[in-house]
Amino acid sequence: MSEVHMVSIDGNEAAAYIAHLTNEVIAIYPITPASNMGEWSDEWSSLGIPNLWGTVPDVIEMQSEAGAVATLHGALQAGSLGTTFTASQGLLLMIPSMYKIAGELTPTVLHVSARALAAQALSIFGDHSDVMACRATGYAMLCSNSVQEVMDFALISQAATLESRVPFLHFFDGFRISHEVNKIEKISHEVVRAMIDEDLVTQIRERGMTPDRPIIRGTSQNPDVYFQGRETVNPYYARLPGIVQGVMDRFAKLTGRQYRLYEYVGAADAERVIALMGSGAGAVEETVQHLNARGEKVGLLKVRLFRPFDAAALLAALPASVRKIAVLDRTKEPGSDGEPLYKDVVAAAAQAAADGSLAAMPRIVGGRYGLSSKEFTPAMVKGIYDELARDKPKNFFTVGIIDDVSDSNLAWDPDFRVDANAGVTACVFYGLGSDGTVSANKNSIKIISEETDNYGQGYFQYDSKKAGAITVSHLRFGPRPIHSTYLVGDGEAGFVACHQQVFLNRYEMLDKAREGATFLLNSQTPPDRVWDDLPIKMQRQIIEKKLDFYVIDAYGIAGATGMGRRINTIMQTCFFAISGILPRDEAIAKIKYMVEKTYGKKGRRLLDRNYAAIDASIAGLHQVQVPNEVTSRFEKAPVVAAGAPEFVQQVTATIIEGRGDSLPVSLIPADGTWPVGTAAYEKRNIALELPEWDDDLCTQCGKCPMVCPHAAIRAKVFPAEAAETAPSSFKHARARGRDFPTDYRIAFQVAPDDCTGCGLCVEVCPIRDPDDPKRKALTMTPSVEFHEQERANWDFFLGLAEYDRLKLDPGKRKQAMVMQPLFEFSGACVGCGETPYIKLATQLFGDRMLMANATGCSSIYGGNLPTTPYTTNPEGRGPTWNNSLFEDTAEFGLGLRIAVDTQNRYALDLVRKLADRIGTDLAAAILEADQGDEAGIFAQRERVAALKEKLRDMEGLEAHALRATADQLVKKSVWLVGGDGWAYDIGYGGLDHVLASGRNVNILVLDTEVYSNTGGQASKSTPLGAVAKFSARGKPVRKKDLAMMAMAYGNAYVAQVAFGAKDQATLRAFIEAESYDGPSLIICYSPCIAHGVDLSNNLRQQNLAVNSGHWGLFRYDPRKANAGENPLHLDSKKPSIPLRDFVSTETRFSVLERTHPAAAEHFLRQAQKEAESKFFLYEQLAHLAVQNAPEAKPE
Amino acid sequence: MDLTTNYLGLELSSPIVPNSSPLTRSLDMCREMEDGGAGAIIMYSLFEEAITGEEETMVRFLHHQDIGHAEASSYLPDHEDFAGALDRYLNNLRQLKEGLGIPVIASLNGVTPGGWIEHAKELESAGADGLELNVYYVAGDIHQSSADVEARYLDLLTSLRREIRIPINMKLGPWFSSVGHLVKQLEAAGASGVSLFNRFYQPDINIDSMDLQPALHPSSSAEALLAMRWIAILRGRTRLSLGATTGIHTAEDALKLLLAGADAVHMASALLVHGPGHVRNVRHGIEEWMDEHGFESVDEFRGRVSQAAIPNPSELERANYINVLDSFSHAQGVWV
Repeated sequence: MSEVHMVSIDGNEAAAYIAHLTNEVIAIYPITPASNMGEWSDEWSSLGIPNLWGTVPDVIEMQSEAGAVATLHGALQAGSLGTTFTASQGLLLMIPSMYKIAGELTPTVLHVSARALAAQALSIFGDHSDVMACRATGYAMLCSNSVQEVMDFALISQAATLESRVPFLHFFDGFRISHEVNKIEKISHEVVRAMIDEDLVTQIRERGMTPDRPIIRGTSQNPDVYFQGRETVNPYYARLPGIVQGVMDRFAKLTGRQYRLYEYVGAADAERVIALMGSGAGAVEETVQHLNARGEKVGLLKVRLFRPFDAAALLAALPASVRKIAVLDRTKEPGSDGEPLYKDVVAAAAQAAADGSLAAMPRIVGGRYGLSSKEFTPAMVKGIYDELARDKPKNFFTVGIIDDVSDSNLAWDPDFRVDANAGVTACVFYGLGSDGTVSANKNSIKIISEETDNYGQGYFQYDSKKAGAITVSHLRFGPRPIHSTYLVGDGEAGFVACHQQVFLNRYEMLDKAREGATFLLNSQTPPDRVWDDLPIKMQRQIIEKKLDFYVIDAYGIAGATGMGRRINTIMQTCFFAISGILPRDEAIAKIKYMVEKTYGKKGRRLLDRNYAAIDASIAGLHQVQVPNEVTSRFEKAPVVAAGAPEFVQQVTATIIEGRGDSLPVSLIPADGTWPVGTAAYEKRNIALELPEWDDDLCTQCGKCPMVCPHAAIRAKVFPAEAAETAPSSFKHARARGRDFPTDYRIAFQVAPDDCTGCGLCVEVCPIRDPDDPKRKALTMTPSVEFHEQERANWDFFLGLAEYDRLKLDPGKRKQAMVMQPLFEFSGACVGCGETPYIKLATQLFGDRMLMANATGCSSIYGGNLPTTPYTTNPEGRGPTWNNSLFEDTAEFGLGLRIAVDTQNRYALDLVRKLADRIGTDLAAAILEADQGDEAGIFAQRERVAALKEKLRDMEGLEAHALRATADQLVKKSVWLVGGDGWAYDIGYGGLDHVLASGRNVNILVLDTEVYSNTGGQASKSTPLGAVAKFSARGKPVRKKDLAMMAMAYGNAYVAQVAFGAKDQATLRAFIEAESYDGPSLIICYSPCIAHGVDLSNNLRQQNLAVNSGHWGLFRYDPRKANAGENPLHLDSKKPSIPLRDFVSTETRFSVLERTHPAAAEHFLRQAQKEAESKFFLYEQLAHLAVQNAPEAKPE
Repeated sequence: MDLTTNYLGLELSSPIVPNSSPLTRSLDMCREMEDGGAGAIIMYSLFEEAITGEEETMVRFLHHQDIGHAEASSYLPDHEDFAGALDRYLNNLRQLKEGLGIPVIASLNGVTPGGWIEHAKELESAGADGLELNVYYVAGDIHQSSADVEARYLDLLTSLRREIRIPINMKLGPWFSSVGHLVKQLEAAGASGVSLFNRFYQPDINIDSMDLQPALHPSSSAEALLAMRWIAILRGRTRLSLGATTGIHTAEDALKLLLAGADAVHMASALLVHGPGHVRNVRHGIEEWMDEHGFESVDEFRGRVSQAAIPNPSELERANYINVLDSFSHAQGVWV
């Protein structure tokens, strides 16, 4: 056995380590939670780390998972060793090629972080729905249950695929295993070397396609031989279980870790057994040990090889004493009489019982658990064993939820705990996404796991917001390996840390604390007064659970030691100082060592500052003297206002509170349909400063509501008398100019609890106070009193009637910005560059919008529970929204358009047919309606209302049909929305087809030039020289010119805009695009935090991008060409600043100047030339004479 | 033809000394300038703000990409190691020292004492032949006296002089009420030379946003006249080396400054526009002119049109508009 080397890593890194070491071609595409495997591989290859054979694997990012697997298929066919990683719908996209790869008996391993499939809703979390969809592909399927197994089985499957020629799908639970950090034994290169048979590699080369030994594969076969051909592979599958077991045995000899295809754990004479695959085995095994130690006879069957299914081996693994088996599936097959593993086990037992090899048929029940990473705890496991103890245990059960619709769920005792927790220190940390809590905890695990003999486990929970997101870190430490595959439960934590004071009033953090635990709070309140900040329940818990309560002013220390707002090192130091996990001095020395490792020579000052912060943390840590009784007068605030609708109170509020697990099935909509307008109820109050409006200075230009990413500053125009009942602090001013009636007032009002404090409204404000140039017509203020005051003002503002849209000219910014946004308070990042475009579309067209939204940031801040920012106007109209998939949005949106058009034609036809009964005047007016502007649409709505009134009691099939379709007589606006990953890469084929279709859809591309949602992977929109994941050395090719490609069709309206650079041109583009009766494409420059720039500079970056020629502004309108004019109009001028001035401000470019200065300089020069030549080209195009133009005269 | 010149106590093969610019980041470019006849190289400036700014940026966007999204633990890959701004500068300096035969003068740019001193010592140890101190200071505080402003320069120089032995060149802006007096004070405080004049970037106004925006316009030959006057005035009145900077684009510009008394002529804008090969053109031009005028060495004509050497010294002190008015007046003997 080789020397043992322990590492602390997550499941994805464990899989990627073996995959990178044993392959030559790695074709990838990002998808959560598998992206990191590709990222690790890319990182290692970009660092020149070789594989087993001394070559550096070629990692290539493709345009989709279908592209990745097809590239892999090619590489395999040409005799290379190749792999890919994926999950969920990405895996489904690979299925067609998987049949081919398996059909051709091609050795390869596909590593899958198994994830739920998008059905009634998308979920990024883990279950087996995706891999179960692959069980017919011919891939062998091997499941890992822990981070250690991921590394081990990655290698075992690699060795087995070479030997068997059957491709492997190696899977493990997304997030629970893929993202769990655990201490494992790293397999040495020698062991990998010993496991990979070089002769088998040679055979792959020999089977590879080469003109030196030509063959033909992939033929087309007819009824005469196809069937037989399909049967040829049987021996390969028959041999496979033996091969895998053989490989496992060989592996055991090399490492000491013995695995079996079907591994039984528990009492040798167990009568009740649970069989399952995946991480849940950890919780079951702990429960089995606990129960058996108390005299019960239960067991666990870990199913590792799912395909090919070796029924005999599975049955042989079970003790003969077994009477009842619960087979658990982490997937759902609606309409099936049991999920796949259950059915396989039933069939195996039935066949064996029938042929006599099994003495008696055990009672086998199937159950579902853990969908979308639903918690699966020892308490639930005990519930299953208890059920099995009954005479007639429930079949087709669920566990972990309350199913009051189908009564499927088993009961469980949430207070049940197992012995495995003894001797383990469990810790829970509540932090903000941006405060470094997660990275500090990962660092602590590394210190404890890699620097001591202790074991550590870390699992991290995130909420669905991007701005002000909360993270909860669950850490366990102990002297033995930790297999607790569930969160730290209530009453289990020996250490609870609250890294943000605002959480005190939001989360029941101390529910997690056990008696005698330590509670650490980061607070700027002095230690002698901090007790008063705690709500009643928290004080009571501290007293009753006898908690040690410590407080530290981490932000104060960070500020004083030059750390800015970075508190991670400080909180980590405090954790070590008071948790007692390591001797204090030893721990501090190790923290300092890790700091040095992180910064090295990159930042000497940073080292000094961190050291200073570490030392100051110890000095600044105070134990709070806990009084004997509760003194607090306040309870945790309710999460939504009392006046919220019932559904919001009952369901939405429960999810916001973090208690969504308690919601029964009956309260969840059956078809994935949720109410809109719910973000308005989720008051997050995350801004440290708010904009204060100076009504005297303001020129009412409307720029501030235009740029606000969260629709948190609004303009409203109203008659003077409407303000009579306003709170005294409510500001309003006479509406200036001729846009509004002279006696009307205007107010610019901030929504104080929805504003994120990004400051963009102040940044864009052009008006300075001549007496105090630091002040603008909007100025940020940290005043708490102002915040309180604006709550009442906001409520009053909301109550003011909306201004009559028909009197507004949407083409003028000032007037357009009075229109109500129907997209408000999203969870997008602070300063997001995408959301202002969506908001603008909803202001202009929201009351008639159908939206098809590609998966990505916009679908997350648009549609991730608990709330949605899409809302309605006072008439109840607003955008209707759906996210189909990532790749199919253009086609999905086209479907919406066709449906609308079809129903519109049908309704028009019905109006014609029923004209006499409706009244010929009304019918004619409806049929001939001009809906080219708001007034026309409004008039048609009025007519349709009249029509419906007439239809109300009208009998007959046609009248009935018209009642159902009459609303389609009013113009609808179909919008296809997504990011550049969708439009440039995975969805481009569909987008191209939709453009070519000529149908009236509006395509909004929110171009961040990178896959933002999955963590900054390069897309074809990523600019030349920009650093991104999968292009760590700078993107070597220029950005795709999507606009030019679309313009080539000639029939599409195409615009490229940047609201922060030219808002009026942006407004015009939206209006023109929507009014164009054909496909329209608006490509929107969207600064993103992934660019490595603070988004308070969002507008500056847009200006720099435009002024440097990085991002041209133009509008191409086919209507102009038809009118004999040049269809292209440039909205931006010749680049006025060097590109260097733009790229030097963004880390995505500037980091390359540091890591690869020569390449950076080369790319910059090339990009400069391209920016100039691109402008030149567009300028030429914009000035071309148009053929057959009326004004063109022959010489 | 002898173009040698003594500058900051260094014997240079030519008075053409390329100034701080992005060109001096590249060894290849510097070699081309050396081959073309540059007498020394002044490296690009190490900005005090660049060091701190870069550290802050990299911490936030690379080393601590805590974003708290389940789908993204980071945005930018950070596995490629790299050195900080100061270390990169030192590496660059060592590279230039190894790859060039001519002296390499490091350049520091900042406004506060403190970190500078330490950086200067490191630059000296890394082999810099001299150090140019570029005090980029705009006296925006109207309560600050000119004496206070000058004291800032002198304090910096004094503290630096205590720490390093290599020659220190002070690069000055033109907005001193008494340039000559300041130069004499700098001489007393231990400077080895002055460069006249630094060209501060002037902010521009964006009339759309009604805000300031940075503006960068390359210099033009006309701007060289400012330095020419002051070098002519100072020639012979100070022991300090006189470097002429801003607006030197052609051999003619260089010759004018040499005639005024410059020990070295610095070039940046012209090299950025025409490329490093332009040094050769300028050197050729100087040599041709010397040949035409019968000079064997630069020393023979240096300072020929300095204030001390011309018949009417007050011309250099006269404000230009008087000359302009003069051009309209008749000769004394003409009857109108």
